[in-house]
Amino acid sequence: MDALALSRHPLWGWGYSDPTTLFGGVKCLETIDFFHKAVEMTDMVKKFGDFTANDKINLIVHKGEVHALLGENGAGKTTLMNVLYGLYKPTSGSVKINGNLLNIKDPNVAIKNGIGMVHQHFMLVEPFTVTQNIILGNETTKSMGIIDLKKAEKQVAELSKRYGLTVDPNALVQDLSVGSQQRVEILKALYRGAQILILDEPTAVLTPQEIQELAQIIQNLTREGKSIIIITHKLKEIKQMADFCTIIRRGKHIDTVEVAKVTEEDLASKMVGRDVIFKVAKEKQLRGDKALEIKNLVVQDARGLPVVNNLSLELHKGEILGIAGIDGNGQKELIEAVTGLRKVKSGTVSVQGKNITNLSPGKIINKHKISHIPEDRQKRGLIFEFDIAENLILETYFKPAFSKWFTLIKERIYSNAKDLIHKFDIRPEESEIPAKALSGGNQQKMIIAREVSNEPEILIAAQPTRGLDVGAIEYVHEALINQRNQGKAVLLVSFELDEVINVSDRIAVIFEGKIVGIVDAQDADEKQIGLMMAGGTE
Amino acid sequence: MMEALIKDIGFIIGTTLMYSTPLIFTSLGGVITERSGVVNIGLEGMMCFGAFAGAAGAYFSQDPWIGFACAAIAGGLLALLHAIACVSFAAEQIVSGIAINFMGTGAALFISRMLFDGATQTLTIPNKMPLPLNFLFGEGKMFASSGFMDLVFNRFATVYIAFLMVFLIWFILYKTKIGMRVRAVGENPEAANTLGISVVKIRYGAVIMSGVFAGLGGAAMSIAVVSRFSNTLISGHGFIALAAMIFGKWKPQGALVACLLFGGAKGVEIFLGAKGVPVPGDILAILPYVLTIVVLVGVVGKTTPPGAIGKIFDKGESA
Ligand SMILES: Nc1ncnc2c1ncn2[C@@H]1O[C@H](COP(=O)(O)OP(=O)(O)OP(=O)(O)O)[C@@H](O)[C@H]1O
Ligand SMILES: [Mg+2]
Repeated sequence: MDALALSRHPLWGWGYSDPTTLFGGVKCLETIDFFHKAVEMTDMVKKFGDFTANDKINLIVHKGEVHALLGENGAGKTTLMNVLYGLYKPTSGSVKINGNLLNIKDPNVAIKNGIGMVHQHFMLVEPFTVTQNIILGNETTKSMGIIDLKKAEKQVAELSKRYGLTVDPNALVQDLSVGSQQRVEILKALYRGAQILILDEPTAVLTPQEIQELAQIIQNLTREGKSIIIITHKLKEIKQMADFCTIIRRGKHIDTVEVAKVTEEDLASKMVGRDVIFKVAKEKQLRGDKALEIKNLVVQDARGLPVVNNLSLELHKGEILGIAGIDGNGQKELIEAVTGLRKVKSGTVSVQGKNITNLSPGKIINKHKISHIPEDRQKRGLIFEFDIAENLILETYFKPAFSKWFTLIKERIYSNAKDLIHKFDIRPEESEIPAKALSGGNQQKMIIAREVSNEPEILIAAQPTRGLDVGAIEYVHEALINQRNQGKAVLLVSFELDEVINVSDRIAVIFEGKIVGIVDAQDADEKQIGLMMAGGTE
Repeated sequence: MMEALIKDIGFIIGTTLMYSTPLIFTSLGGVITERSGVVNIGLEGMMCFGAFAGAAGAYFSQDPWIGFACAAIAGGLLALLHAIACVSFAAEQIVSGIAINFMGTGAALFISRMLFDGATQTLTIPNKMPLPLNFLFGEGKMFASSGFMDLVFNRFATVYIAFLMVFLIWFILYKTKIGMRVRAVGENPEAANTLGISVVKIRYGAVIMSGVFAGLGGAAMSIAVVSRFSNTLISGHGFIALAAMIFGKWKPQGALVACLLFGGAKGVEIFLGAKGVPVPGDILAILPYVLTIVVLVGVVGKTTPPGAIGKIFDKGESA
């Protein structure tokens, strides 16, 4: 199987003698040096206990190549890259870097051999400055280990200028936007002279604008002969940025393809092993009564600024109302106010005519039946140390279904988990592993399973598909539409305009804490909405 | 009248310095370990063991400096146990610290009984810590004896060393490579690990150094403030140092201020006692604590501990 996969690699198959002639003329391949294999991983196996996360995966990346890794949530992409970076010890298999067989036993070895990695969850020391974060572990010093901060700052400034990674060397990392933090991560790798750069889902947290900047940076890097391995679930980005793409399914190497020669649909079906519907069908439905009404809402952020500024909105039963907008226009605070996580300054929120302004989250969830899929799954969505079954009953543990007197009824909790794991396709199918051992996408599925199974009247979904693979996205969209078809109200907040347009019935555009326009999804015009999101008039 | 007042102030400052010194050492130890992310409530035990080792060392060698070194080694050894438990075996840090406290005090008494004919205190040491500036004071010298300058500045060597150490630890933590790594490990060990920094080595180093400093703090008590170890000598000072570190926001300079505050309250207490103020001794004795709480609650405000403090670093399934 693997020999077959290898032989299907565009460079080995078909008996071409000189690989450079093969791709002549294709623009994105021109930086590749096909005679130089920067990374060659062969038959990589990584087991966690009995579970095989990587099952004989092969990966070849040439100098100057952008290589995408594609696979469902939990397919083993991050694991494979952690092995390459020396964070996990492989069970078996071999790694060659620039032709040399290496035992990458810890990140030091990886760094020395020019490998850099930007992790899915950033690895930054928040109270440190940008410069301190970048030089950490590889400090510029005067004598006696005294840090030469001036010199380091200059080096960082030069580096950031050279690659177009704008960031203030003196800023504290905790004050930076996610996009800037990511630039710091990339600079960290470049500062160490990385020739091979691993980017694990770098775009999941970026705005469309920032994604375009990243694409440009990647191009600059390959021009210098650097190789990039990029993990992303967005097929559009693979088409735009990558030369080759390796597809992994359930830990197994499925194929390596030349990106220019396949369609997004091809990629998606190789990845999930079936055809994927990109736009979920939904039949028309009349919208019902008012479910949620927000009137003249004002909410302040941590600094005391009114980030939700006199906002009014109505959500009806049997509809999905999408909120489109650029990150930071009050979406987060709006949701927190409605779900009781943040105090409302003025204005009202009411459910079926009852005022719920500033009630406790517990009341809002259980009495007024609002469920919330939070934006930050790590902080708010789950408890890392708890197992899947426990995470699934965080809101309902006290109900007769799961507890009697003062004790929890274990069997019911675990049989409930079994049902939901099966129904929502959470992998691996074990209810007793801690949430932290799940892949990012499966953590998300778990949260959705919990919130939907709580049978809400109103479901608030914030970035519900962030970091999910296309198969899982399809699933989540179906779940949202299902809610709507059952006559429930759904409020969808997303920074992905495509998603909002595809899934919603109506679209409200938010800008600077106000709704600046509401359009029917049917006659939504992407350009027009984009303009409104940026503050332009209709 | 004026002269007497100045002398009184000198006396209070002098005693403050003397009583703050053991706290400063121990508190610095706390800063070092907690900055690396390991909680060490075993400081009390380490201080106690150090106080004993210091006095015993100084007694047998007749040299306070050898006693001082013994204290450092004793504290360091006890801390090594804490490091093995917490860093290598991922034990609960508070529990390990409590065990260390029992062990430290227990070991001090046990060895004391062996060496000093069953007594839970050492004999008086022949030579206390020297007074390095003593040559400046006295008849015909730069300053008169028992004057303000004498009362304030003619102090044991440990006092000067403590102040020097505050500066040194601050410098190391904030200006050097090793210090930056310690702080990084305490904030985000995963991040440090991905940069090839050994979290285990840094934490071992930091925990052991905390023991060394706590040991020195104990010795600063047993071979300078007094001249022998006794079983009630340390009682609680390790915990006060721990509190001072927290009030000082995990910074050496902050810990210094907090320790001076504790020491100052003690100085006032002794002064009032010596003046025969008609206040019951017990009330005077609680003065340091009350004063501290009042001032600190009023002045210090919110503190943020190091990000990864007390959390077990688990490299996962790693290499
Ligand atoms: N430390 C660990 N211990 C046990 N199992 C683990 C560990 N890390 C990962 N796994 C499991 O290995 C599988 C692969 O996880 P990995 O994080 O590599 O997925 P991924 O392809 O990066 O997914 P995603 O797109 O969701 O990030 C998952 O099923 C996960 O639960
Ligand atoms: Mg991943």
